[in-house]
Amino acid sequence: MNLLEDFSIGLFFWQTLLFVFLLLLLKKYAWKPMLTAVNDREEGIRNALDSAEKAKLEMQNLQADNQKLLKEARAERESMLKEAREIKNKMIEDAKDQAKEEANKLVVQAQASIQSEKKAAIAELKSQVANLSIEIAEKVVREELSNKDKQIKLVESMLGEATLN
Amino acid sequence: MQRKITVKTITLLLCLVSFVSFGKNDDAAKGDKKSEIKEYIQHHLKDSYDFSLFSYTTDSGEHKYIGAPLPVILWDNGLKVFSSSNFHHGETLAEVDGDYYKLYHSKIYKTDAQGTINYDEDHHPTNVKPLDFSITKSVVMIIITGLLMFFLFRGLAKSYATNGGIAKGFGRFFEPIVLYIRDDIAIPNIGEKKYMKYMPFLLTVFFFIWFLNIFGLTPLGVNVTGNIAVTASLAILTFLLTNLTGTSDYWKHIFDPLGDSMPWYAKIPLYIILIPIEVLGIFIKPFSLLIRLYANMQAGHIVLMSLIGLMFIFKSWLGSPLSFGLAFAISLIEILVALLQAYIFTMLSALYFGFAAEEHDHSEEAHSH
Repeated sequence: MNLLEDFSIGLFFWQTLLFVFLLLLLKKYAWKPMLTAVNDREEGIRNALDSAEKAKLEMQNLQADNQKLLKEARAERESMLKEAREIKNKMIEDAKDQAKEEANKLVVQAQASIQSEKKAAIAELKSQVANLSIEIAEKVVREELSNKDKQIKLVESMLGEATLN
Repeated sequence: MQRKITVKTITLLLCLVSFVSFGKNDDAAKGDKKSEIKEYIQHHLKDSYDFSLFSYTTDSGEHKYIGAPLPVILWDNGLKVFSSSNFHHGETLAEVDGDYYKLYHSKIYKTDAQGTINYDEDHHPTNVKPLDFSITKSVVMIIITGLLMFFLFRGLAKSYATNGGIAKGFGRFFEPIVLYIRDDIAIPNIGEKKYMKYMPFLLTVFFFIWFLNIFGLTPLGVNVTGNIAVTASLAILTFLLTNLTGTSDYWKHIFDPLGDSMPWYAKIPLYIILIPIEVLGIFIKPFSLLIRLYANMQAGHIVLMSLIGLMFIFKSWLGSPLSFGLAFAISLIEILVALLQAYIFTMLSALYFGFAAEEHDHSEEAHSH
């Protein structure tokens, strides 16, 4: 078989023409849209994976944040409780102080009123004693009115004795 | 050990077969059959002017052909178009506008009204061969393959748009192959930056060769990729694409392969040898593509057809099944070869495109030295 003799110009012509035509047709209508679609899809998958990774990271961050918040909340609660306890103690302390003060005031008032009562009582007592002494003196005077000189002497001695202490 | 025994058994069987067949047939009839089969194979390997599916001989000795005639287009002092049925498979002359054409050994010659073929001393016909642009069997197969590829891949491309970027339908089967060509042939050889420019050619050439190879294995048996005109056309397209898209680095590599590694006067004697080799390389690369595909497909068809022919030569209970088994095994191998040759053609084309598209980062190279 002679290769050159076998070479058919006609077939070569048709093959080249048809192949180039097919190439251009497929390029425009099949390969370009296909490869673009595949590239887009791959891009999409890559992006989806990236965003999933990002979401995971964000999730972790969020969880860390939550943990932090929880910790903070707990600490705050702790401090609030402590504060409350302190306030309570202080209030009790204050109340005690106030009560003591009040009691002291009352005692002082009571003492003052006792003093004044005592003074009044003494004054009353004095007047009573005076009245009593006058009554006694009246009786003595009535009995001993006869002996006037003696009487006067007696009154004078008595009065001398009954000087107000 | 097991293998040895198998080999021995097969050898024994072969001896037996030849013995049996020799005993049965007389040599004359056998020689006849052999030349007939040889003729048949020769005929099959060549292009044909009509799309014949099969032929048989009637009891009255008449050859009957089942198939369709194809248009013959000749350029012989004007365009001449007629149906190939006018030839009656080479049995009669075709008369068009007063000129006579004869189909002789699958070629059209211009003859006189009697259809005389003149021969030179080497028994080659000396008749005028008109320029022949006929729509032959191979051209029909190319058109069928082209249409098949167009509808297949157009459908596939469309399904992406309608199905949200996911392939659908029968074309889906080819998506991994397209991706394979992109990821394992185009990108590694040409590079991420420029591969898109060559992808349409690589994909088209791969599927074109593969489909035609597979069609060649079907009972239609059209040996398109085993035709040198077809492979030459494909190789020339690779050649053109390589050299028309060649970067300055590509040409520099051919005409100044040593670069700045030595002074110019030292390069002269080397370049007297190197440059012709490099220039020759430009042509040898696509030429190897052409011959490789042609020879592989041609050889595959010859082997397969010969083995099938052997069945008719042996005509024995032992030989015919054996050659049938062999033909079957070779068919399976040929299916692999069909894919492999398409792959090799595409792979090497991509490699050559890679050479053409290469761009050295000169500044970086200067730094590293």
